[in-house]
Amino acid sequence: MDFSYSSEQELLLDSAKKFALKAYGFERYQATLKLRGQLDPEIWKQLADFGWLALPLPESAGGLEGGASDVSLVAEALGAGMVLEPYISGLILPGKLLSMAADEIQQKRLLEPLAEGNLQLAVAWAEPGDRQNPAHCATQARADSSDYLISGEKLCVLNAPNAQRLIVSARVSGRTGETQGLCLFEIDPGASGVTLTPYAVMGGGTAADIAFDQVRVPADALLGKAGDGFDALDAALDHATVAACAQALGAMSALLERTRSYLKVRKQFGTTIDSFQVLQHRLVDMFIEIEQSRSMVLMAGVRVDSVDPGARRHAVSATKAYLNQASKFVAQQAVQLHGGIGVTEELDVGHFFRQLTAFGNLYGDRERHLDRVASQPRAS
Amino acid sequence: MDLEFSPQDQAFRTEVRSWMRANVPPKAGPEIGLPSHLETQSAWERKLGKKGWLAYNWPTEFGGPGWSATQRYIFDTERAAAGAPPSSPFGLSMLGPVLMAYGTPEQQAKYLPKIAGGEEFWCQGYSEPGSGSDLASLKTQAVLDGDHYVVNGQKIWTTQAHWASNMFCLCRTNNDVPKQQGISFLLIDMESPGLEIRPIMTIDGHHHLNEIFFTDVRVPVENLVGKEGEGWTIAKFLLSHERTAIAGIADSLYQMSQLRTAISADDSLNEDPLVRRRMAALEVDLMALEYTNLRTLDRAAKGKEPGPESSGLKVKGAEMQQAISEAQVEFGGLTSLAWQSEHEGGHDLFRQATTRYNFLRASSIYGGTNEIQKNVLAKILLSGV
Repeated sequence: MDFSYSSEQELLLDSAKKFALKAYGFERYQATLKLRGQLDPEIWKQLADFGWLALPLPESAGGLEGGASDVSLVAEALGAGMVLEPYISGLILPGKLLSMAADEIQQKRLLEPLAEGNLQLAVAWAEPGDRQNPAHCATQARADSSDYLISGEKLCVLNAPNAQRLIVSARVSGRTGETQGLCLFEIDPGASGVTLTPYAVMGGGTAADIAFDQVRVPADALLGKAGDGFDALDAALDHATVAACAQALGAMSALLERTRSYLKVRKQFGTTIDSFQVLQHRLVDMFIEIEQSRSMVLMAGVRVDSVDPGARRHAVSATKAYLNQASKFVAQQAVQLHGGIGVTEELDVGHFFRQLTAFGNLYGDRERHLDRVASQPRAS
Repeated sequence: MDLEFSPQDQAFRTEVRSWMRANVPPKAGPEIGLPSHLETQSAWERKLGKKGWLAYNWPTEFGGPGWSATQRYIFDTERAAAGAPPSSPFGLSMLGPVLMAYGTPEQQAKYLPKIAGGEEFWCQGYSEPGSGSDLASLKTQAVLDGDHYVVNGQKIWTTQAHWASNMFCLCRTNNDVPKQQGISFLLIDMESPGLEIRPIMTIDGHHHLNEIFFTDVRVPVENLVGKEGEGWTIAKFLLSHERTAIAGIADSLYQMSQLRTAISADDSLNEDPLVRRRMAALEVDLMALEYTNLRTLDRAAKGKEPGPESSGLKVKGAEMQQAISEAQVEFGGLTSLAWQSEHEGGHDLFRQATTRYNFLRASSIYGGTNEIQKNVLAKILLSGV
């Protein structure tokens, strides 16, 4: 048993913190909010130069083949520094998905430019009414001579407004809710029959709802084997979920630090408000929730790489269920303890608050993950 | 980063598990996991003592097995998983470490072997009617008279005093200095003339607690631990040991598995999606607690001081025990309502659920209330710039 970081991980953590907490900043974040797609090409290129885009990708496609624990380190630092780049939706989710589902040629074609920072991807999987269960896919893929015709609707596809390529889940067989019959297709967002409705996402980033109307794609747009897409999508979503949890942990820690500092300088009744017990205890409650969350993120960073899908799902869903609740608590208390200034646009606390609210709704709500915990076979 | 126990630790777990299987009585007590009957508790502790495993948190030089923090954790989870009660902590986890750090060689030789062997129970003379969370305000006086201290005053909430042969006790030996500096740590024979024990019954329907009255109780000066006036320092040292020991995680893991078994035997519970969800929520909370605890063990194994994550363990540990027990009561429904009855019927766990639930209200009170724990933690968090 060992919860400490390796020397390589210490270096990675150190450089990630340096970038996110020193080089980046609230001003850069605010400027990026106004950019097209809320994406700063200069920053994205920097992430590529640091090797952080290559980090989760396979060596065969120009990646560094780092583990989820490594990814978590970077994601946590980006969360603490509120770095507004699609690291999870544009890298971890599509990167992991392609690593697991696509053949060698497809990987080379898509992952190499992804690692270099020259390709924006988005994964279109969630649908209206699916409760973010990837098996609940109603989008259809119908074979038509050597092509496929794709029809359906996808909801809140993160990073889609920036994406040059979409990876889309669709069903060749089986009923909605079944894991068998799912396929993954690479689709050009400019293709005929694809309609994007782009929008800004609360808390940062952009997304689009996407309609596919008889979109014709060639057979080689199918990633991997027909009908076998679910396992890869399920696993890739778990990887994205853990990275999102690490990012949320970073934001929670940042909020604790800001709240702590504020209590020490804000004066009322002739004294700094950190002298009031009710506020002290609230700060302690935030701290305890963050430490427990950190334990879960460390655990999930190991288990999500497990070869046993049951162990992976159990660990990831337990972590998301825990952090959904803890992050909401920490964010709400941070705003409350800041008082009026906490609800303003000008202070970063409110922006962290928005991000953590969004985190709760992304990659599954607490109840869905609790049910997933309950449904995994229990190791004796 | 590695979550697996080493092969040595796994072999150790196997050894402990098979010993527990062979040696834990089918029911270690009528209220599983609660020490409430002297005979069963005493027999169990002596058995562990004979094996050399009672003082499982002690180093070899004082008669313990010298286990690592990880081995101690494994031992404790296997002990709990076998349905055995935790051992009485007063001698083993509180006084033992104090005597090792502050005791004279004579005191160590006189008391430690009997504690490690399970031959004597101890009790803790800390709280007084007017001194609970504000412990340093305690008033029980010890006045030096030749080669004895003469003790007068009152202690309260003294767990297992009616089982104990001795008490370690905080007494005021100096009224002319700041309150923390006038306290001394005395060892008092419970058979001493002038010492009276009165029982306090608690809401679980059992006798754990007592009031102790001291009227001119004479305590030999060689029973002073450390120096006169050093009692508060020793008390703080002791509390730091107590707080990590009473998070009760091993027992919570056991109670969860028992609850799961009880639910699976009842279709109306087993098929209720909200019951499943509540169980999953408890399981997730327990995981967070368990992995936080494992982080502290990992630090200990590397010879590092406990990190700040350990400070919340007692708070969360107590809340966890209470939350599991609350679910046991509620899922037990009418089965949980039979009070102090010997009758059979329904699942054992549910029939004992209210006793345990009532008892566990104390878990966020003893060893420093959760609110006091948070005061301590706030001081740490808010120190520095």
